[in-house]
Amino acid sequence: MASLDDYVARVEGTCGKEKDVIVVFKYEKKEEAIQKILGKATVKKSIAGIVFELTFRSHSFRLYGSGKAILRGLENKDELNALLSALLL
Amino acid sequence: MLDPYKIRKDFPILKRKINNHPLIYFNNAATSQKPRQVIDAIKDFYENHNENVHRAVHTLSQEASELYESAHEAVASFINASGMEEVVFVRGTTEAINLVAYAWGLRSLKEDDEVVLSLMEHHSNIVPWEIVSKINGFKIKYADVNSDGTLNYESFEKVLSKRTKIVCLSHVSNVTGIINDVKRVARTAHEHGALMLVDGAQSVPHMPVNVKDLDADFVAFSGHKMLGPMGIGVLYGKREVLEELEPFQGGGEMIREVSFDKRTKRCSITWNVLPWKFEAGTPNVGGAVGLMEAVRYLKRIGMNNVKEHEERLTEYALPRMQDCCKELEIYGTKDTSIKCGIIPFGVNGLSSHDVALFLDNYGIMIRSGFHCAQPLHEVFKLSSSARASFYIYNTREEIDTFVEVLKEISQI
Repeated sequence: MASLDDYVARVEGTCGKEKDVIVVFKYEKKEEAIQKILGKATVKKSIAGIVFELTFRSHSFRLYGSGKAILRGLENKDELNALLSALLL
Repeated sequence: MLDPYKIRKDFPILKRKINNHPLIYFNNAATSQKPRQVIDAIKDFYENHNENVHRAVHTLSQEASELYESAHEAVASFINASGMEEVVFVRGTTEAINLVAYAWGLRSLKEDDEVVLSLMEHHSNIVPWEIVSKINGFKIKYADVNSDGTLNYESFEKVLSKRTKIVCLSHVSNVTGIINDVKRVARTAHEHGALMLVDGAQSVPHMPVNVKDLDADFVAFSGHKMLGPMGIGVLYGKREVLEELEPFQGGGEMIREVSFDKRTKRCSITWNVLPWKFEAGTPNVGGAVGLMEAVRYLKRIGMNNVKEHEERLTEYALPRMQDCCKELEIYGTKDTSIKCGIIPFGVNGLSSHDVALFLDNYGIMIRSGFHCAQPLHEVFKLSSSARASFYIYNTREEIDTFVEVLKEISQI
């Protein structure tokens, strides 16, 4: 059974007042992760297939073709994991 | 004048592609890339000379000791110190400042004493002083920074008093690249009877730094920002000041004698000579060898040429960045006569991390966030900033690519 560890290489809190979270997908799984997320989230905007501005449930976030996503306004790790699980699993 | 195209051939990492684009490394204020010569020197040390220093009489130990001492001499010559006894090897700028804060500040400063810093300091020149002040109660005063990021010298002079015991100031801001007149501040500090510590992390790698000319009592800098390896840095200290200091850490190497006194049932200890008195334990000899090679490499290029190259890149980049999209804002002064090759900027409506992630898609590496200088961001009323910083291997063509990608950012 797939788990978040299959897709996620690193989760990093950003430096700065914003307190955003950057999720880095595993290199070998990044295309699959991007396709899964694009399949579930609503694309509000896309620039040359490099950046996708997305909404999913009450969350809006950006997904980058390099296999990284920047997520805002998450309360804690549980909320992050729930969001990622809903998008990836 | 240096030739960045020739220099680039010495840097293996610059052949890399990231996200299918040639690597453009614009995060040099965080760390520099390493030339083949430095990598080879470290490899040669571990393959042919690896041993502990000042410990044994055999051939390998002699070779390692000679290399280690030569590294001190090379650094002393690079910054025009009087000799290797004024060059203490540490892990980096942070440890160098901690050394002064603990070995001198903790012992010497009393409740009524004052330490003067500025609001543009890197956290490594704030936090050690705040920690030690909580132990022995001295006061810390912060000099103001003007809205363009320059140091407010009047504010600096106002906060100095007869209670000031040390002034600690960045030579170059790691956020704005602004060069502070540390020579002027050192003169004023000395007039008040205070010591002067210069954080040279962003100056020593990028411009000629002559410690005698600055007349600073301490200068701290890191090897990894000047082509050397991580984990090796320098605390320069005037000989007479270092002689007065007690050691920072205790252990092997920093002692001359430890003898057990049967009468008192305690050990009596005499310190080693400078600089070993401040280098407890087995040192980072491989790192020192790498730093020596880095210093040689920079010397061959010439530090005036390094400075001039970065100035030209900054002069080239600033108007192009400013004109590339109306959403882009450059923070701090754009006066390149008082600035190194560091450009902080933001794109309205985007976080600095979005900017960095967008550039990352094109293989362009910049820094985003506070850059370990949150108080300065509070002066600028910024939640964070993006930062491009240049070095000897960067080119105008890289800046052109960078600017083209910045133009696309406005579409987000």
